[in-house]
Amino acid sequence: MSLVYAGILSHAPGITGRAHLVDNPLIRDRFYASLDQQRKDIEASGADALIVIAAEHFANFFMDNMPAYCIGIGDKHIGPIEDSEWLKIAKTTIPGSPELAIRLAKSVMHSVDLAYSEEWQCDHGIMVPLNFLTPNYDLPVIPCNINCQGPPLTPMNRVWQFGESLRLACDEQPENIALVGTGGISHWPATPDSGKINEAWDRKFLDQLMNQDKPKLLSYDDEEVYSEAGQGGFEIRTLIAAAAAAGGKGILQFYSAELPIFAVGCSVARFDIAKQV
Amino acid sequence: MSLYQVQKFLYKLNRDEQIQREFTENKDSILSQYDLTEEEHNALCSGDIGLLYVLGVNGQILMHFAAYLQIEWFDYLQLMRDGISKHGEVRAGIYTMSGADKSHTQTLERAFGDKLA
Repeated sequence: MSLVYAGILSHAPGITGRAHLVDNPLIRDRFYASLDQQRKDIEASGADALIVIAAEHFANFFMDNMPAYCIGIGDKHIGPIEDSEWLKIAKTTIPGSPELAIRLAKSVMHSVDLAYSEEWQCDHGIMVPLNFLTPNYDLPVIPCNINCQGPPLTPMNRVWQFGESLRLACDEQPENIALVGTGGISHWPATPDSGKINEAWDRKFLDQLMNQDKPKLLSYDDEEVYSEAGQGGFEIRTLIAAAAAAGGKGILQFYSAELPIFAVGCSVARFDIAKQV
Repeated sequence: MSLYQVQKFLYKLNRDEQIQREFTENKDSILSQYDLTEEEHNALCSGDIGLLYVLGVNGQILMHFAAYLQIEWFDYLQLMRDGISKHGEVRAGIYTMSGADKSHTQTLERAFGDKLA
């Protein structure tokens, strides 16, 4: 078994860019401590590479050619695309793992039509997680994005298939591989309603996710998600894919809706790795 | 309305420092490459965040444009609210997806009622 770690974490530009504006620093620091524990857990897993399943929000693709799924197979990735001062993350180069990424892509393609890119650009959706999980950028990263902003969006059953396919592909490799899914749950990012969080919806979703409640997770409909969780809620795809890859139940290590300046409910969790999916 | 063209320009601007330099030096020149209405052209030239939001630009694109214009976060949010007050509800794009004539704000009001205040 080569998948040695699977988890989820939130991303949002405010998590780094507006950290100084938090009016509840104790909760912010507990969140940061949970992210640091996730970094330690990944390091302790002996991972040779980290797969980040993230949300495509116009860092790499536009609606002239928008893949449902894409994997970064370059030997390096660059980011952030955003203004560094705004995000509070310096522009940098992140090592890729091209040979492993291509092997994974070839395997996944047996069941999911996966696009690939050798010129990956990272926005906050990947840079914020990396800022906490590999702050020295010394762990090879394989980014995978799911289109979460430009409808029509891939349906949840295909998201599950993508996660399982990625897991099966990992199991075929000799390397130790860690995997995180990063997305928001309910949130209305970059709109006048930024900062609104539907905590009850978040907790219901997280409970289903931690318990591998596949029927419930696959029943989410974009109209319903939009109404109750905002357009940011479309990013549950990244979290569902991570759960499908892990196959085991999860442990929610942190959740808070009390950091609205981050414009997302903040979560950290890890999954047991099932023997098979 | 050519929301697609507006968003495509901003998508390119957000990712490409050369296009940012060209836009800074000669806005009309680079915008002439896109099929824009006069309203859209003027909104981009003047950095009218409120109108661009009402036109339907996705926030994941628009917030980067605001950062490029050195607009602070809370000012960015207020500019969008002011845009709705001045120009009316969002006209197109992802924030209208719940109904043909229902804006993002209307949808939220239906979902959350007085919690929005």
